[in-house]
Amino acid sequence: MPILRTQHTVLPGFTLSFALSVLFICLVILVPLSGLAIHVSQMSWAQYWAVITDPRSLASFRVTLLAAAGASLINAVVGMLLAWVLTRYRFPGRRLMDALVDLPFALPTAVAGLTLSALFAGNGWLGQWFEAAGIQVAYTPIGIMIAMSFTSLPFVVRAVQPVLEDLTPDVEEAAATLGATPMATFFTVILAQLLPALLTGTALAFTRSLGEYGAVIFIAGNMPFETEILSLLVNIRLDEFDYAAASALASVILIASLVMLFGIQLVQSRLTRRWKGH
Amino acid sequence: MADIHQRPRHWHQWLLILAAFAAVIMLLVLPLLLIFFEAFDQGWAMVQQNLTSPDMIGAIKLTLVVAAITVPVNLAFGILLAWCVTRYEFRGRKLLSTLIDIPFAMSPVVAGLCYLVVYGAQSAVGNWFSGIGIQLMFALPGMVMVTVFVTCPYVARVLIPLMESQGQHEEEAAITLGASGWQAFWYVTLPKIRWALLYGVVLTNARAVGEFGAVSVVSGLIRGETLTLPLLVQMWNHDYNTVGAFTAAALLAAMALVTLLLKTVLEWSTELKNGQPEQDSP
Repeated sequence: MPILRTQHTVLPGFTLSFALSVLFICLVILVPLSGLAIHVSQMSWAQYWAVITDPRSLASFRVTLLAAAGASLINAVVGMLLAWVLTRYRFPGRRLMDALVDLPFALPTAVAGLTLSALFAGNGWLGQWFEAAGIQVAYTPIGIMIAMSFTSLPFVVRAVQPVLEDLTPDVEEAAATLGATPMATFFTVILAQLLPALLTGTALAFTRSLGEYGAVIFIAGNMPFETEILSLLVNIRLDEFDYAAASALASVILIASLVMLFGIQLVQSRLTRRWKGH
Repeated sequence: MADIHQRPRHWHQWLLILAAFAAVIMLLVLPLLLIFFEAFDQGWAMVQQNLTSPDMIGAIKLTLVVAAITVPVNLAFGILLAWCVTRYEFRGRKLLSTLIDIPFAMSPVVAGLCYLVVYGAQSAVGNWFSGIGIQLMFALPGMVMVTVFVTCPYVARVLIPLMESQGQHEEEAAITLGASGWQAFWYVTLPKIRWALLYGVVLTNARAVGEFGAVSVVSGLIRGETLTLPLLVQMWNHDYNTVGAFTAAALLAAMALVTLLLKTVLEWSTELKNGQPEQDSP
């Protein structure tokens, strides 16, 4: 495949590794994706529109979007706090805390959902305190939000941490010397430099939350119109053998997540380019 | 670079640390403890009874089989793709490394649905396979296929930044001195990437064992046949067998803890953490 190559190296194996990689990506990723696209394109526009503007579908869009947005906001704040504390201070338990942050990526989502629903149930360890304050968490949209923020917690921390580690305290000290208050320093000096990483992390968390299924269905209660997320509705339509409706709804999630994925990549490469001054 | 870590001096710094501990305990530690607490709630005998039930043993076996097929497949693919993307300059290089991120961005349920549409009994491919007596969906092959899909980015994502930063001069030197491509890979590249490879395998395995959404769509949830451990958690929870559900969950949580331990050890033993942003590994 010499037409493809733009620069030559003595290393052999290009044809083999390229052909096998492309074959794998086609078979495993692209064929199933285009299968869904073909399946959806067989529906008429009116049918498609009827499925996605069905009141139950609209309700599930709203629940999913609001919960994912809430979870991403929680993660932006909590993730920022954890990243800050982990990079800036030495204290007993720091290493353990650092390792624990990855727990949501290592713990199967079904397990997370099961234990969170027990934890936040009306008689659960944490749920009883919320209940006493008059807030029901399990089987409400708040529960969905908590499950989503659990599974996507590491994104913000791991996106912000390396950038924060590279920021030397000189700039902050300079700002402080020039009379800035700690608050002003944080918002104008530090946050400005962290913003790209913080946004990337939050966007990744949001994308993950939009598609989260395992953790959510345990705690959501899954009431149609109230606490039914989009992924669950897809699964319900599948169980009814309504493949057309399931595919139409799935295409909405798919387009949303692909737009997020390519958007994040685009913004990231723009920002890094500007960073390096090219 | 000077060490930016410092002992906290002011009360508001301690307050931040306390807030971080509160968040970690409420969001991470308590859920983890509760799994084991609930599993042992009715005593050891109940745990033992659940652990030795045929459903549980079947689920453990199936989960291990799925992981045992998925991990080597994605290990091979990850190495090939990383080699291709980091060792050669060609058109579409960026596109190739973006495409493998798709499984990370996709909802697992949608992934399962895609496979059902393309490889299910109504499709041409599924029809052909059932003609020769192989059922893909609602059976082991389908479950392996979606697990391969969901976990295929991990090894490649760990390897690509590392191999990119290492460069290829040593391999080129080996080739110039007369080594074959295979020898260059085996004796030069592999020793440099072995810890990262292991790290990728650990992540792939954890996700393969724990995958829920995609597998639940294509498994058909046939008791004693197509239930993996995460699916058994849901089934037993649905049946009000709370102790059973939490026992299966405790097994998976133990796996997650071992994963975290290995991950931490591997990160310390290499300088992986400095070389690569981690944000892409859900």
